[in-house]
Amino acid sequence: MGFISSFKDSLGAWIKSIFKKKRAKIGIYGPPNAGKTTLAKRIVHDWSGDDDFGNVSHIPHETRRAMRKEGVVINANGSSIELDIVDTPGMATKIDFKEFMAFGLSEAESKKRAKEATEGVIEAIKWLDDLDGVLLVMDSTEDPYTQVNVTVIGNMEARKLPLLIVANKMDLPNASPARIKAAFPQHAMVQISALEGSNIDDLYKAIAINFG
Amino acid sequence: MDLISGEKLEKMTSMEKIRLILDKVKTGRIVVLESGLTPDEEVRLIEMTMTEIRVDEFSGIEIESYPSKKEGSFFDKIFGRSIKGRMTVIGPANQIRTIEKDKYQISTKVSVGD
Repeated sequence: MGFISSFKDSLGAWIKSIFKKKRAKIGIYGPPNAGKTTLAKRIVHDWSGDDDFGNVSHIPHETRRAMRKEGVVINANGSSIELDIVDTPGMATKIDFKEFMAFGLSEAESKKRAKEATEGVIEAIKWLDDLDGVLLVMDSTEDPYTQVNVTVIGNMEARKLPLLIVANKMDLPNASPARIKAAFPQHAMVQISALEGSNIDDLYKAIAINFG
Repeated sequence: MDLISGEKLEKMTSMEKIRLILDKVKTGRIVVLESGLTPDEEVRLIEMTMTEIRVDEFSGIEIESYPSKKEGSFFDKIFGRSIKGRMTVIGPANQIRTIEKDKYQISTKVSVGD
């Protein structure tokens, strides 16, 4: 009986693997203001038509709660993959409310934002335990050797989960994706502008290859 | 500044390391770990730091470590040995600032006193 039951389970899994769409829960990670939500909005808009996913701001830590969009089907590179996209709050090792006051927020608003931002970082960390892969968004105009980048990459390597580096903000004149590639040569990287949508098809192909 | 040997770190649990680091950093000390932290310990340190941030008292930490080495050796994989952490510098966010960092060198500026 055990053999027959085991055979039926294996056969069921094999049939599912052929006919079922591939599915993965992907987290979008990165430091504050790297363009995570801009990228999440673009992916969700391109593949589900939803224009109401997340808010974007020049003030750091605009996203302070993780947001999930389920069932985003991406067709690229001759295959189809269904993603649950999780846009996570920016990861940081320090949060000082005075930095928000420099952007014109009142002291009370800044303190509230700082408190929520610390909770957001914790939430982003908790999500690491529940993902199938990560899109790590880096600002191509900034130094890639930030501790957030090093820590997220180290964690994905330790968990043996797929990671795709997104070198964002290629629309800016001082963007340097080569610096990112030199820093983390062992990982696949796609250079895009999430804001303008340039090279976005290359990203979708890379998603299908790396997470499919 | 406290330099903590790899030998001492090896004898400590993850939680003991994180508590030791945060207790020192919150009193204004810079901590240098000879053998660093594992990726999981690094992320737990950040998580714990977030819970201890207080307005006008403690705004967080500056932590600097090198990116991981590309791959473990063939024998590391065969025997299941994990890649060891690399030297790590941790300090209060308002006292330590990274000037430059690459694969081989970390340059930091440390402010002492008020």
